[in-house]
Amino acid sequence: MTLNLPGRKTLQIQTPEGVIFSLTTAGVFSRFLAWSIDAMVVIAASTIIGTLTAFIAILSPDFAQALYVILYAVVSVGYGIFTEWRWRGQSWGKRIMRLRVIDASGLKLQLSQIIIRNLLRPVDLLPALYLLGGLFLYWGQRGQRLGDLAANTVVIAIPETKLLDLQQIEESKYNSFRDYPHLEARLRQCVKPAEAALALDAVLRRDEIWPEARVEVFRDLAAHFRTLVPFEDKVDETITDEQFVRNAVASIYRKAGSRQKALQPTLEP
Amino acid sequence: MILDLEHFVRTERPYWDELESMLNRMEEHHDVNLSLQDVRRFHFLYDLAASDLLRLSTFASSPEIAQHLEALVARAYGEIHETRGPNRPFLFWHWVTRQFPRTFRRHLRAFWLSVTLTLLGCAFGAGILYLEPDAKETLLPFAHLQGKPSERVAEEQENQGRHLEGKKAGFAGFLMTHNIRVSLFTLALGMTYGVGTVVVLFYNGVILGAVAFDYIHDGQTQFLMGWLLPHGSIEIPSVIIAGQAGFVLAGALIGSRQSLSLLGRLAAIRADLVTLIGGFSMLLVWAGLVEAFFSQYHEPVLPYAVKISFGLLELVLLFAWLGFGGRAPDPS
Repeated sequence: MTLNLPGRKTLQIQTPEGVIFSLTTAGVFSRFLAWSIDAMVVIAASTIIGTLTAFIAILSPDFAQALYVILYAVVSVGYGIFTEWRWRGQSWGKRIMRLRVIDASGLKLQLSQIIIRNLLRPVDLLPALYLLGGLFLYWGQRGQRLGDLAANTVVIAIPETKLLDLQQIEESKYNSFRDYPHLEARLRQCVKPAEAALALDAVLRRDEIWPEARVEVFRDLAAHFRTLVPFEDKVDETITDEQFVRNAVASIYRKAGSRQKALQPTLEP
Repeated sequence: MILDLEHFVRTERPYWDELESMLNRMEEHHDVNLSLQDVRRFHFLYDLAASDLLRLSTFASSPEIAQHLEALVARAYGEIHETRGPNRPFLFWHWVTRQFPRTFRRHLRAFWLSVTLTLLGCAFGAGILYLEPDAKETLLPFAHLQGKPSERVAEEQENQGRHLEGKKAGFAGFLMTHNIRVSLFTLALGMTYGVGTVVVLFYNGVILGAVAFDYIHDGQTQFLMGWLLPHGSIEIPSVIIAGQAGFVLAGALIGSRQSLSLLGRLAAIRADLVTLIGGFSMLLVWAGLVEAFFSQYHEPVLPYAVKISFGLLELVLLFAWLGFGGRAPDPS
């Protein structure tokens, strides 16, 4: 199952060692939110500059005016460049929205790339409200606005890299699937990562789901797993849909050292 | 092969954590210098994480771990495979005297194209005003340029620069930031395959040509030169350099250097663009100061001969700098 959010694409990079890793590009909406936060930071900074220069204006209104105009220009143009360089591709907004500018080839981001992507922003703004940049971002293969294209940068969404806590799915009841190791193995081979993750998520968050919705969710999931591997009727009919999904999840994410470990080798063909 | 996931994570996680902490350290401190032993360890940890990711790709049910490893491998890959060299310390004097002029000369064709378009615009603006004097209102949408030049000259000479008293610094700040923004826009329009850059340069030329024709036609050539040359001798070339940068960008997009891919072409000109941006921004700061503090004074406060000589001297120095700066090889 894939979730296609507007403007979200996957960037695949193959290393010389032959390892392929994929990075998800940031969606239009999250980039807009990050930009809005950054705009607010710039507005806040300009307000502070305005207040400070107002004090200087007591001594010299002309100098204060010049200082304000120059500092505002420096902050509004330099903010993105400074923060993205200092924080490795992240401005304040991008930090909050968990986004990062990276080199589109996966290499280290260079200062010249940051400068170019930020200074070419005016053309992305054309004719108004980031329309041109937004169109490129939405329709482009890698979700790049024009500034990103020139700088060869991509804005990616930083994944929540929370490692799986297998303790949470420890089997407390008898798992009838264990009596059919060949079908269990087939289930593990057939299931897609996203499907497994979805089922695990449903099991872990079952108490957060309304009872009626929960029945529906587990019914759909169980029906899907049944299409992958046909367990025998006597296994299938004696358990609820939720238990079926629980068993499937436990089998997929099997723990070493569980009580039926002896039946299963560590590595299966 | 199907992995025993828990065993796999338990065994490998200390290495992943170690790699992550090394990466955090390297990312926090831009100039961190790793010892040979650390570099070897880092490479080992990267190899291990990469091979773990490969192993996981055969096991369908671990998206979180795969995602975690992908993020780690991606970060480490950037550190290990970066071959573009470390960012050298920025030496301002070297940049001013050598790097900027060299970069300017590297893209001379784009500069001449920029000059030609501006001159064509000038000719067009002057021609239109010659053929259709009533077009002045449309061509010059600035209040201070609408009236008869001789009247403005008389007014300015009577004013003796007093109208900007107490406003010069603010005016200079406005000029600097405004002109830099316009120049950056001219450059950025290079992304429209240069079409936008052509339009901006031509339009600038039209205004310049129309103003020049208007003043010359009214017999105010000396005032015009005394007014425009001190700041214009720097400001106009700066905008033309911005156009040059726009055409360099457009050239990379169009693909005049066919041996390179689009990404290769863009990468090849990126540092030059940054240098040109720095160059014209610096020049426009100077032009803003001169325009606010010098150009606005006319005779009898400042003789036109002084102003014109100053402007011509700037022009000569500018092109001497751009034409000859950095020709000598760098000291080793």
